[in-house]
Amino acid sequence: MSFLSVRDLVVHFPTVDGVVKATEGLSYELERGKTLGIVGESGSGKSVSSSAILGLHRGSNAQVSGEILLDGVDLLKINDETIRRKRGREVSMIFQDPLSAMHPYYTVGNQIMEAYRVHHDVSQKQARTRTIEMLDRVGIPQPDRRVDDYPHQFSGGMRQRAMIAMALINDPGLLIADEPTTALDVTVQAQILDLLQDLQREFNSAIIIITHDLGVVAEMADDVLVMYAGRAVEYGPTREILVHPEMPYTWGLLSSVPDVLGDTDAKLIPIRGNPPSLLTPPPGCAFHPRCDHRDKVPGDLCRTTLPLLTPARAGGNHVKRCHLANPDEVYATEILPEIAPDLVEEQA
Amino acid sequence: MFAYVVRRAIAGMVLLVVMSFVTFMLFFASPIDPGRFACGKSCPPALIKQTDKALGFDKPWPVQWKDFAVGVVKGRHYPEDPALRKSAPELIARCPAPCLGYSKVNSATVTEELKDKIPVSFSIAIVALVLWIGGGVTLGAIAALTKGSVIDRGVVGMSLIFYSFPTFWIGLFLLEFVAIKWGLVAVPSYTPIADGGPWGWLSNLFLPALTLALFYMAGYVRMTRAFVLESMGEDYLRTAKAKGVVPHRILMKHTMRAALTPLVTMAGLDFAGLLGGAVITETVFNFNGLGKLAVDSIATFDLPTTIGLVLLLAAIVIIANIVVDILYAFIDPRVRVG
Repeated sequence: MSFLSVRDLVVHFPTVDGVVKATEGLSYELERGKTLGIVGESGSGKSVSSSAILGLHRGSNAQVSGEILLDGVDLLKINDETIRRKRGREVSMIFQDPLSAMHPYYTVGNQIMEAYRVHHDVSQKQARTRTIEMLDRVGIPQPDRRVDDYPHQFSGGMRQRAMIAMALINDPGLLIADEPTTALDVTVQAQILDLLQDLQREFNSAIIIITHDLGVVAEMADDVLVMYAGRAVEYGPTREILVHPEMPYTWGLLSSVPDVLGDTDAKLIPIRGNPPSLLTPPPGCAFHPRCDHRDKVPGDLCRTTLPLLTPARAGGNHVKRCHLANPDEVYATEILPEIAPDLVEEQA
Repeated sequence: MFAYVVRRAIAGMVLLVVMSFVTFMLFFASPIDPGRFACGKSCPPALIKQTDKALGFDKPWPVQWKDFAVGVVKGRHYPEDPALRKSAPELIARCPAPCLGYSKVNSATVTEELKDKIPVSFSIAIVALVLWIGGGVTLGAIAALTKGSVIDRGVVGMSLIFYSFPTFWIGLFLLEFVAIKWGLVAVPSYTPIADGGPWGWLSNLFLPALTLALFYMAGYVRMTRAFVLESMGEDYLRTAKAKGVVPHRILMKHTMRAALTPLVTMAGLDFAGLLGGAVITETVFNFNGLGKLAVDSIATFDLPTTIGLVLLLAAIVIIANIVVDILYAFIDPRVRVG
């Protein structure tokens, strides 16, 4: 059995206007030492489904069902106190905006020490020593001095490093990174990703990296899960999906990233339309109102029937949710020449 | 930090000088003849003239202001005119620094009058502050934590009801029923700690302080509720939760710290306002505080006392502002100045 196994995860939020279906039957597996990239637009359920692992929806009116097995324990079945003891110790999370994710009135050191002392019965002094070690490990210069600084005295990249130190101080088996580089500038992004990879090798932890940047996925992830309107629409090994994407939404994501295939002459083609409402998602395939290829499917199937997750190739672990019969051909003839003309020339 | 405090203190002094100037101008623009009121109702014109001369009311107002300012620093003696001192030695009054003037109506220096009343107003204000902060913050936090429930609505509703009742009504109600009819507590009369001990002091302050506290509490309940709710939605609380911090510690350490900071400003300024005397409450309970002194001095056209009071209140508000700003720098590391 995998280290982390999510099965049929459903997260619904009842509101006065109806039920917001933030996650609809999500399943994935993750091993220790491996990285899963979850990609999708804002509001596709990436963060909501990952927060469910930590039980962060408890105490709200969210309805969560399915199974989240971490080392064989179903995190949805254990009580509040048990999951609290796992938070930060077995599963940690780092957030998108490290400035708002840190308490402005407490020093960085105080907040990291708190994360350690919640789970370890140690003195203030021991916790401080450990905190300074961790700050040093994540590359903060003069950690014994910076430990007493407040978050606003740190730069954006430093704050994210401190957040990583806070998340990893208890050596958790699973780290959820919710858009860890979105609020940072590009050079700092690369440093933070490198740091995460180094630490992953060192601690052999599993990482879920939530992002809408396929560049991040290409660099970090072993597996990719593409989400749309609360569902997985394509899931498989990263190389497979970047080279042979089979779902028009994934094509759209690839078309709207400039450098994923390293081609500077490529066109940037945004996905038209807006993400669907999670309150009243479109019938059939949720992506069909924005899909350029729905007419290739006979019998209005896209509008009426929700496609199932089916293997892209017999025996492979690459699955997609699409009715298209010949996705590889459409991709090779219609999409690739637009977004990566060089690559097509090379192959020809 | 030190330079900042010095800068603020100097600015405060300048403001006080301007205040005293404006106050003087206002009173001289009014059609009051201060000498007539200082002298008494059936005072013959000659005596009014003498009073004017003794207290300096006969001089042009810029000169009076200068005398006043010098008196604050050095102290002064009435009357200054040596001829008058010789002819009417019964008029001689000493007013040591800081001299804020001499009240002929009360036959006392303004400084003495204020010195007598400050402890009364201060006592009421401090007890009221403790009551309304304690009650307001506790009830506000409870309301926020039970948002939307009967408790929440009850707490907010009750605080609004108390807010809507005029202070004199609540004061009279407490005095008439709690103290007199039901005899739950003795009818309050101000007792200094030196006379009645801490308990005697405190028990006599309870009703007037409660009257004020009930009024102020409404605002603090609603503010606390709003700030707690606001900070509960902050990202850093999610971080604390994701770290595995226990819920009550999240509330006490993370939520309340953020929620209470803005209340410090409010509380500081409200307290400063109250230090200047709670006019209605002091009148209802017949406490001889600054508020009552203000009403009396205005009613008797006691100009020196009025000017002294205005300046004292201005000074309190200015000092409170500086103190709140300094406090803020200690509470919120982001506003710490170099």
